[in-house]
Amino acid sequence: MANAGNTSGAAAKGGFYGWLNKRLPVQDFIDSQLIGYYAPKNFNFWYFFGFLATLMLAMQLLTGIFLTMNYKPGAATAFDSVEYIMREVDGGWLIRYLHSTGASFFFIVVYLHMFRAFLYGSYRAPRELLWLLGMFVYLALMAEAFFGYVLPWGNMSFWGAQVIVNLFGTIPVIGPGLVEWIRGDYAIADATLNRFFALHVVAVPLALLLLVMLHLVALRQTGSNNPDGIEIKENKGADGKPLDGIPFHPYYTVKDVMGMGVFLMIFAAVIFFIPTMGGVFLEPPNFEPANPLSTPEHIAPVWYFTPFYAMLRAVPDQKLGALVMLLSIVVFFFVPWLDRSPVKSIRYKGWLSKVFLAVFAVSFVVLGYLGLEPPSIGRTLAARVFTVVYFAFFVLMPIYSKIGPFKKVPDRVVYHAHA
Amino acid sequence: MRASFWVSVLAPLALFSHSALAAEGPATLAGADWEKWSAGNDVQNNASLQRGARNFLGYCVGCHSLKYMRYARMAQDLHITPEQLETDLLIPGDKPTDYIISPMPPADAVNWFGKAPPDLSLEARLRGTAWIYQYLKTFYADPSRTTTGVNNLRLPNSAMPHVLANLEGVKIGVFRTVEEKGSDGQVSKRQEFTGFRPGEVAGSLSEADYDGFVRDTVNFLDYVGEPAQVARRQLGIWVLLFLLAFTVIAWLLKKEYWKDVH
Repeated sequence: MANAGNTSGAAAKGGFYGWLNKRLPVQDFIDSQLIGYYAPKNFNFWYFFGFLATLMLAMQLLTGIFLTMNYKPGAATAFDSVEYIMREVDGGWLIRYLHSTGASFFFIVVYLHMFRAFLYGSYRAPRELLWLLGMFVYLALMAEAFFGYVLPWGNMSFWGAQVIVNLFGTIPVIGPGLVEWIRGDYAIADATLNRFFALHVVAVPLALLLLVMLHLVALRQTGSNNPDGIEIKENKGADGKPLDGIPFHPYYTVKDVMGMGVFLMIFAAVIFFIPTMGGVFLEPPNFEPANPLSTPEHIAPVWYFTPFYAMLRAVPDQKLGALVMLLSIVVFFFVPWLDRSPVKSIRYKGWLSKVFLAVFAVSFVVLGYLGLEPPSIGRTLAARVFTVVYFAFFVLMPIYSKIGPFKKVPDRVVYHAHA
Repeated sequence: MRASFWVSVLAPLALFSHSALAAEGPATLAGADWEKWSAGNDVQNNASLQRGARNFLGYCVGCHSLKYMRYARMAQDLHITPEQLETDLLIPGDKPTDYIISPMPPADAVNWFGKAPPDLSLEARLRGTAWIYQYLKTFYADPSRTTTGVNNLRLPNSAMPHVLANLEGVKIGVFRTVEEKGSDGQVSKRQEFTGFRPGEVAGSLSEADYDGFVRDTVNFLDYVGEPAQVARRQLGIWVLLFLLAFTVIAWLLKKEYWKDVH
């Protein structure tokens, strides 16, 4: 437990560790934050993804540092330097794939992490701020991914940047000036690439780290939610510790390490055997250098942005489309106050809530698919239908979340020990 | 000059390569299904890669560069000896550590062909192996094209002449006119490709041998697109085995700890 620094057991001991702890509260930190942090014992599959997101963040930072050693920002050098990394830097191909394909896995993990919050109402009081901080992490991650995608200066990087940056041009009055200010030129060009590099390797990672830290601090304050949506702090034993809680370390550290093993196997299988995921994680047009005179046959962002891109295209008016796309992300911020259900977890919610969540998940995936494909009459119609479904999930939430029949929430978490 | 390399590479392979590789290709010159053709190449087949390198440096490098590929790296990966590289493959004047750059001046290329021939380092990743295979196998005589005398199904009105014509010969494309009624009731005519037939100019290779030639060349370009791909797959097996062992141990450790949780 959290001891005052000077009286800590480790600090009283001799040797180097005692010496260290008199000056830096290493053991105190471990005691209070890892061993002293009690997490509900009924975490299931969905609770791996917070840890895995941290793992992916660390991996992106580490591989990013090594890429930076050989990557040369600049319209004339960027593409060549990436191929140099892929071909002539020792292990460069591995570092590059870990980073570029890793970005896709980062988003997979983050989307599953977010879906977990929807399943078990993890955004509900007292965790609203935890959710908001998480949403800011997600926004920073989108910015980071977008800037990073431009850096290889392939033709899809170029045209993708063109499309996304031009969206800011739809803002009334200041739009055109803003677009020019973002680009630093009258077109996506060398100046744009260099500033995106600065943002990608310094500014946004710093923001990400700060936000992730705040996200974790907020988690420590409220404690983790769990699949039953019960506050374990409300059932404490004589020792003042939650009866349904177990120390994060060692129980969840060993469990997360196991989850990491399974995840890394899937990750490695993709990295080593299908690193481009058949052109979805790394697209063929990006193996051609940026060319302002040659538009790729079909411009689409990377898969993790395509649900939003599909909604942009579904609206006939470009300004309105940009607004719909913006709203499709902003609406996430309001979820803690849209959900009026008397219970947190999907386990005890009414069937209508279950149907809406399932249909929302399907619409997100379908929109993601539609955003990857070139538009057609049928696909645009489908995109419109699913855009409506997507927003209905949020807009109608205050109504359907109140509709039962609700199941009775147990007093204690449901946990069956494995043999 | 390159005879020794040709003999050393071809002699042991000629026995099985053509029969093995060509069997998968289209059986006749019909080719109406050319859009479904796939290269069916194998980047683990080193002999095929060596032949592909020989093909590229014999027929393609006059116009196309591989600007990200060094001779020495290629020789190392494809197990080509420095002597073979020096005598059979290097462009005169180039050093083994040089990148494979076409000797054709880009300005002349624009004059001659209307555009500079693209660098092919990443062609297999950009367009895919099937595309290149189809491209190299669907040239046909087209007298209306005054510059090259040929046309191509994969890339209509391609600026590239049929540089492999002396190997394949020049095929005749057979088309039929199809009348289609549009939704507006207008009848439009369209040329539909029905197949190839042999032309008057025959090539020096049989159809099967030409197919093998193209397949080897595509295979080589596949390798050039990502030289590390063979090593990548080999390393991947070991990484997965390690992770499997790691996960089993982690699972046992987790089980041991969680015995206490009731």
